[in-house]
Amino acid sequence: MKEKTIKVDYIARVEGQGALNLDITKDGKIENLQFQVFEPPRFFESFLIGRRYDEVMELTSRICGICPVAHQITSLRAIENALCIEPSQQTKDLRKLIAISAHIQSNVLSMYFLSLPDLMGYESIIPMAKDHNKIVKRGLKLKKLGNDITDLIGGRAVHPVTMLVDGFSALPSKNKLQVIRKRLKEAKQDAFDTVDLFSEVEIPEFTRKCEHIAISDPKEYAINKGRFKSTEGLDTEETFYRDHIYEKQAAYSTALHSHVRNRDSFMVGPLPRVNINFKQLSSDAKEAAKRSGIKFPNYNPFVSHLARAIELVHDIDESIKIIDRLQLKEEKREITCKSGYGSAITEAPRGSLYHGFDLDNNGIVRGADIVPPTAHNAYNIEKDMNEFVKTIIDLPLDEITLKCEMLVRAYDPCISCSVH
Amino acid sequence: MNKKPKMAIFKFTGCAGCQLEFLHLEDEFLDLLDLFDIRYWKMIKRDNDEKEWDISLVEGGISTPREIEEIKQIRKKTKFLVAFGDCAIGGCIPSIRNWTPQMEVEDYVYPDTSSIHSMKVTGIGEYVKVDEILKGCPPHRDTLIELFKSALLKIRPRLRKHSVCVECKFNDNECLLTSKKMACMGPVISAGCGAICPTLGRVCEGCFGPMSNPNAAALAEIFKDMGLNDKDIKRKFRKYAGMSPEFRMEAGH
Repeated sequence: MKEKTIKVDYIARVEGQGALNLDITKDGKIENLQFQVFEPPRFFESFLIGRRYDEVMELTSRICGICPVAHQITSLRAIENALCIEPSQQTKDLRKLIAISAHIQSNVLSMYFLSLPDLMGYESIIPMAKDHNKIVKRGLKLKKLGNDITDLIGGRAVHPVTMLVDGFSALPSKNKLQVIRKRLKEAKQDAFDTVDLFSEVEIPEFTRKCEHIAISDPKEYAINKGRFKSTEGLDTEETFYRDHIYEKQAAYSTALHSHVRNRDSFMVGPLPRVNINFKQLSSDAKEAAKRSGIKFPNYNPFVSHLARAIELVHDIDESIKIIDRLQLKEEKREITCKSGYGSAITEAPRGSLYHGFDLDNNGIVRGADIVPPTAHNAYNIEKDMNEFVKTIIDLPLDEITLKCEMLVRAYDPCISCSVH
Repeated sequence: MNKKPKMAIFKFTGCAGCQLEFLHLEDEFLDLLDLFDIRYWKMIKRDNDEKEWDISLVEGGISTPREIEEIKQIRKKTKFLVAFGDCAIGGCIPSIRNWTPQMEVEDYVYPDTSSIHSMKVTGIGEYVKVDEILKGCPPHRDTLIELFKSALLKIRPRLRKHSVCVECKFNDNECLLTSKKMACMGPVISAGCGAICPTLGRVCEGCFGPMSNPNAAALAEIFKDMGLNDKDIKRKFRKYAGMSPEFRMEAGH
């Protein structure tokens, strides 16, 4: 017999359309727990078939308005892998700089706009802006910085236009990059303040050890390329992704659920990244993490907010480093079409993102396979919630509901992406 | 200030990029909160008021029976309804699938399609009367500001109807189509982006949809003379606005 039902018809302050349902029985058991993604599918994988290799990044960009940069770079790298193209160091550097700028924008949006109102007791940033004007202004300023960098390199912040197979259609001006460098320097204090803010706000005490996955590189904090690694011993190249990850369909969700072969659900995102790649963070980011008093590796999904703040410090340091080594010379792009399969994994703001494409001799797409971060996380959100609800079962119904929503928001799901 | 226009923002079948453009108005954001009474915005607010609104911005196309019902409800409660971006206008990029049989489209993605309730994607205008459209994938932030100003002044927004070519001239760009023989969509595409692609070294792909009264057939003929095959030409028109009456012939049947 069920005693209580938690039901949210349309989860607020996340991207896209999802609902929640779970029943709590009289003896405290959780039943019918469903993260119901009702976002309408757009069938990107279907309609990419028959399109040209050089427009794939432009099309996949439209999977997501928050992380178009990640989709573009992942598509470009998958296509380049299929065509056996190794882009220049300059292209890699510029791609990393624009990818990081998108992380700054997206992570600040998640922290300040989507989740902070919960942690400070507001329904949204709108009433919060009156009482905590300084904090909201800081969020806006940081978000603008991320957007302005995407804008400068990509031509515009949402669905940028300059990234092409094996290069860029235009390079940013050196002078404008120097202006950005100055703003990045100034933003450092705001990033530290963000870490302080998210180490001070109260989060639920809840830990569930699950498999965390991120791409990893010994030499740098991996964003656009690395080995696909987990906290449970998975360590493979992006080409072999499909040997390890598979998807199942749940009738109540238009987002498929990802599983690790022979194991279970897993988590991707800022927390797994910080857990797996802590060593590669900038020294200031490591220092900020230590000062926060939270120990890593950490398996409390609510610590994801702090992980985003720590990444923000790192992202600023890394952006400055890249700007300082960029020479910015015009380069020739060389492309020869041939048939083959190419795949790539990058770290989108919300975690590991997989694209794979099958091309024919004329560069026409004959098969497409896309798994966004929130498809990776959807099943793990349910597994977390199942354990989490047990720890708050005695609270009033509306508080349990809010806390469940907060758990979903800690993952910062991008539901449009997950369905695509 | 109790006369602030009540505003609502909705998402249908789309990527949230248009809503993001609103959020990316960082310099104006706090002022906008003072000028408008935002009553409904799921991506931003937990308390949403579903009564009635002076202005509703609708992002995304319509692709499920549930969405048809929802957009009709929104229309009933809205004084001024805006199709916010290309998806709401005509389905945009996801409409590429409309040329493939629905079952084939679904079978490729889902093992079991019995729980998928999807249809061909269209703009919201297919089901309800639309008062204004904001073109673009995504619309330019300046266009949004223009819309907000006109909503406050209670006048019709002044939106561009001419082609991207005019903006190329403003920017002193060398014509990619005539001088470099590149297959630029600019001559038939609505301005509003500032001609960003031609300015940054690549052809216009058409993300602002058709300009007012374009000659798509003539441009398709020019593409043919340049050596593009029929499939390439179809792909160009069957992208951001293949369903539009202006491009429907060139996008193919």
